[in-house]
Amino acid sequence: MTTERIVVVGASMAGLRAAEQLRAAGWTGTITVIGDEPHMPYNRPPLSKEVLAGKAPFESLAFTPRASTADVEWRLGTSVTAARLAERVVVLDDGTELAFDGLVVATGMRPRRLRCDGPCGPDSGRHTVRTLADAQGLRDELTRPGVRVVVVGAGFIGCEVAATAVGLGVTEVTVVDPEPLPMLRPLGELLARALHKRHEERGVRFALGTGVFGFEGEDRVTGVVLSDGTVLAADVVVESVGSVANTEWLDGNGLDLSDGVLTDEQLRVGDLPYVVAVGDVARFPNARYDGVPRRVEHWSIPGDTAKHAARSLVAHLTGADAEAGPFAPLPTFWSDQHEFRLQSFGAPALGIGDVRVLDGDPDGDVLVGYHADGRLVGVVALGGHAATTGAARYRAQLLKQPALTS
Amino acid sequence: MKVVVDMNKCQDHGQCVFSAPDVFQLDDNGRLAYVSDPDDALRDEVEEAADVCPLQAIRIED
Repeated sequence: MTTERIVVVGASMAGLRAAEQLRAAGWTGTITVIGDEPHMPYNRPPLSKEVLAGKAPFESLAFTPRASTADVEWRLGTSVTAARLAERVVVLDDGTELAFDGLVVATGMRPRRLRCDGPCGPDSGRHTVRTLADAQGLRDELTRPGVRVVVVGAGFIGCEVAATAVGLGVTEVTVVDPEPLPMLRPLGELLARALHKRHEERGVRFALGTGVFGFEGEDRVTGVVLSDGTVLAADVVVESVGSVANTEWLDGNGLDLSDGVLTDEQLRVGDLPYVVAVGDVARFPNARYDGVPRRVEHWSIPGDTAKHAARSLVAHLTGADAEAGPFAPLPTFWSDQHEFRLQSFGAPALGIGDVRVLDGDPDGDVLVGYHADGRLVGVVALGGHAATTGAARYRAQLLKQPALTS
Repeated sequence: MKVVVDMNKCQDHGQCVFSAPDVFQLDDNGRLAYVSDPDDALRDEVEEAADVCPLQAIRIED
């Protein structure tokens, strides 16, 4: 007699939450979680902030798994190289094949790297911030006296790392981005401008409207060559230029892997009721909005997707045919930079064409509303506690609204 | 049920307040206040609150 098994591929937050939610949904069979990092799941946001700043130890990041997952089998330091979904088999990096009844795709993303000339490799001074090892390596270099830092990419991670570096006492921190303002695409011009000003006032320099052409240096980077020919002297480069989905192991199964793993409104993959995807690798339609499938790289998504996907998977495997409503999370994100916070509820990116100040002033605490067809679809606060509390007041309103699809 | 919040980790995000408003609150200064021995009937809510804490500062001790 064999025990039924659900395999979770990916042992980060989404993998952990999936395991917990499978138990919460009533799954009593085996759960095997496979992850390529050597660590138990840990919390990543502090890697660009508190932990990078040295205010919290690396050990503080480990999640405390729920007691219900005590019998989960963890295969860490192991990657899955292939899957044959029709046969319900995954292949591990040592060639072992593992059969499953249900599969959870939780392999997440990895940082996109710049492909241009110059030194590369582990000791080149070029960094990304995704894993514990990444943050450890970057911290070691940021704390060297007199270090000059160039951050490529003015998104969430780039802006956070720049703020943390300045906070650590680094005097030369320059953020490079082809857009004219930092975080322009997620926030729109009004807040991007306010953010830009705050960073400059705190000593962050910017080279905006320009890309990176290449790197100078032999074994180690000594400078960053911009598209306009300017060279920025640099001892440390942080590349925060987006991410790439870890889906290669799913190749050959006829899935839509054009941007993460396409799912239906129950987070099922490829019309296979025994395969679901969770976390930022899942490209799902959100029934709260326009139904267009999107990947969402917010911290709240692993938990939200895991809960819904686990229910759908367990219902199928146990023969309970309780069809849940479609997945419709209310997105939320935050970002801590210097002493201020960005706090968002809803989907500001869908209302970027109609941005209004709801409260306050862009030079101080400010609350901004994003509208589609005249209707509020998201809010973002920038500032201190008063601003973020203001954003929270709009959360209930955003939750109550009917779907955007007409 | 016993709830412990590591106040050294807590950064007053308030996500726990949305999940378990009977247990967690932000005071007028925006600082977290919470009930350390909530009724067991609130366990699901408190587990949810612990899950969504960005700093993972909430621990449930049975």
